[in-house]
Amino acid sequence: MSEAEEAQDAASTRNGWLLSAPALVILTFAAIGPLVIMLVYSFLTPGATGNVVWKFSTNGWTGIVYARDIFDETWKLVDAHMVIFWRSIKLSLITTVLTLLIGFPTAWFIATREPKARAVWLFLITIPFWTNLLIRTFAVNQVIRNEGVLNTVLLKLGVITEPMRMVYTDGAMLVGLVYVYLPLMVLPLFAALDRFDRRLLEAGYDLYASRMQVLFQVILPIVRPGIVAGSILVFVPSLGAYVIPRVLGGGKQMMVGNFIELQFGQGKNWPLGAAISITLLIVVTVALVFYTRAVSGEKRDG
Amino acid sequence: MSQAIAVEARNAVKAFGVGAQAVRALDDVSVMIRKGEFFTLLGPSGCGKTTLLRLIAGFEMPTSGVILLEGADITYLPPNQRPVNTVFQSYALFPHLTVAENIGFGLKMQGRPAAEVRATTGRMLALVKMEAMAGRKTSQLSGGQQQRVALARALAPQPKVLLLDEPLSALDAKLRKDMQIELKRLQTETGITFIFVTHDQEEALTMSDRIGVMSAGKLQQVGGPRDIYNHPVNRFVASFIGETNFLAVQRDGDGLRLAGGPRIEMPLGAASVGSALTLAVRPEQVRLVAADEAGAIPATVSNLVYIGTDTQCHLQMADGTEIVARVQSTASGEAGLVVGQRVGLRFAPGAAQVLED
Repeated sequence: MSEAEEAQDAASTRNGWLLSAPALVILTFAAIGPLVIMLVYSFLTPGATGNVVWKFSTNGWTGIVYARDIFDETWKLVDAHMVIFWRSIKLSLITTVLTLLIGFPTAWFIATREPKARAVWLFLITIPFWTNLLIRTFAVNQVIRNEGVLNTVLLKLGVITEPMRMVYTDGAMLVGLVYVYLPLMVLPLFAALDRFDRRLLEAGYDLYASRMQVLFQVILPIVRPGIVAGSILVFVPSLGAYVIPRVLGGGKQMMVGNFIELQFGQGKNWPLGAAISITLLIVVTVALVFYTRAVSGEKRDG
Repeated sequence: MSQAIAVEARNAVKAFGVGAQAVRALDDVSVMIRKGEFFTLLGPSGCGKTTLLRLIAGFEMPTSGVILLEGADITYLPPNQRPVNTVFQSYALFPHLTVAENIGFGLKMQGRPAAEVRATTGRMLALVKMEAMAGRKTSQLSGGQQQRVALARALAPQPKVLLLDEPLSALDAKLRKDMQIELKRLQTETGITFIFVTHDQEEALTMSDRIGVMSAGKLQQVGGPRDIYNHPVNRFVASFIGETNFLAVQRDGDGLRLAGGPRIEMPLGAASVGSALTLAVRPEQVRLVAADEAGAIPATVSNLVYIGTDTQCHLQMADGTEIVARVQSTASGEAGLVVGQRVGLRFAPGAAQVLED
């Protein structure tokens, strides 16, 4: 390579950096910046009225698992925190599975319609996005609360004699999560199924596969990328859900999102909130890495 | 005799749509395909040949009629319960599986032991000469290689009948010729009944033991390649397979008379009763003789087209009727004819075919 070419190369590299500078600035300030602040705050001491005092402390991190007993000053495992973490993970996993079970037939149905009908169905799927999440969640609340639509109808019909308690339970949160995140599962599944060559179904049947074998040996392995994408799109926001557990869990049945908010609000323990936030981020990242490895790992080559 | 029949369709009708808009893709087709033969369904697109194939495969159920496999009624049996496999036009190979896994798929679904699957897959890979590609993904293969994998995959479960739905149409001309020979070899080696669908008459003539010519949902003629070529039963078959001159003729005693032309000595079968008939003559059966030879039909050379081994000689008869003759090219090139030359035409009595429609 001649000197002139090298100089040109260097110049184009420099120009490249220059052109991507705006994006880099935004990334630094909007994505990395807040994370660094959170990381720093998690190692500081809580201030009396919220905020932080600039004094190093690991209490934010240990506080996730242990708490000092206010009576005998000993450190004990905090069951309540574990319950919240476990509930978040459990509900997010169940939500992912349920949206997959409901979303797959839905996406298949849409993908097998005529192009015109397909557009209409996809449009209908996206309609809920037009309404604010808070309002949709309150709508679910209206349906399932003690004096809600469902109980009223069932009472009138005489199916039940007293209202069923549905709201402010894990089940209520699950209904909300599945309802809200279902489209995020359907859309990537549809994209994958739309690309799926349906002539392969005939090839499968022709080669002695039963319907179930065609589903598990042909369709699912081929649309796996769609399943992975949909699962991530549902699992990640479910784990960090705030509004849904707040409205349908009634503040008592907290998920991690509410717990974090609590530390920055009434709890006045910013370092703990920051530590939990970062923990959540790590949990999600690790889970995603394992999940994508596990589902795409069967391929021998790239 | 009945056990020598591999597949039989009896009065098979397949209608798409309902009521007045219903289209009969298959209109009362009955055919018997013998065990171990290479049978070709030949016809233009939309003639119903693929529909018949899909009825045999089980992808479609006939509106009425019966499909028999070795004498057993399989009309309503789902495809995964028929010992019949298909080579699809698009190959339909599984993109998530390797070549070997594709070939072993059918056996695996049948629940054969892993060792047998491996052994049969190995044999099939050797049969289609794809051993070196066993571990490849199908997307990494060329069209011809995919074709071989599709064949091996369909042959691996050792079906009683192999259905091939225009499998060569996606290949280029050279590769297609090779695959034609390859297919014939595979059929001979395996002894499996092949039912091959194509719209390419040359393909059909080259490979088939027998051909079924289809048009407009009906089976027009069934017979060996020579039979179909030399003795077409109607105008469609004569025109679809090879080039043919159609001459309007009239019955004249025990011979024929060209419309406004001379009498042609030709023994007529008793079946030909109509007075207005069509004479079908292949270009290569038209012989050119001296213009003044007795009994020859006089004509004038109107055009000469050199096509390599042959020269296509366009001739005009006295009444203006066009006829094409194929003359073998001489070493010098052009069959020793010139445009405007007056010649005489003859065709051997056995070489021309009298058609009634």
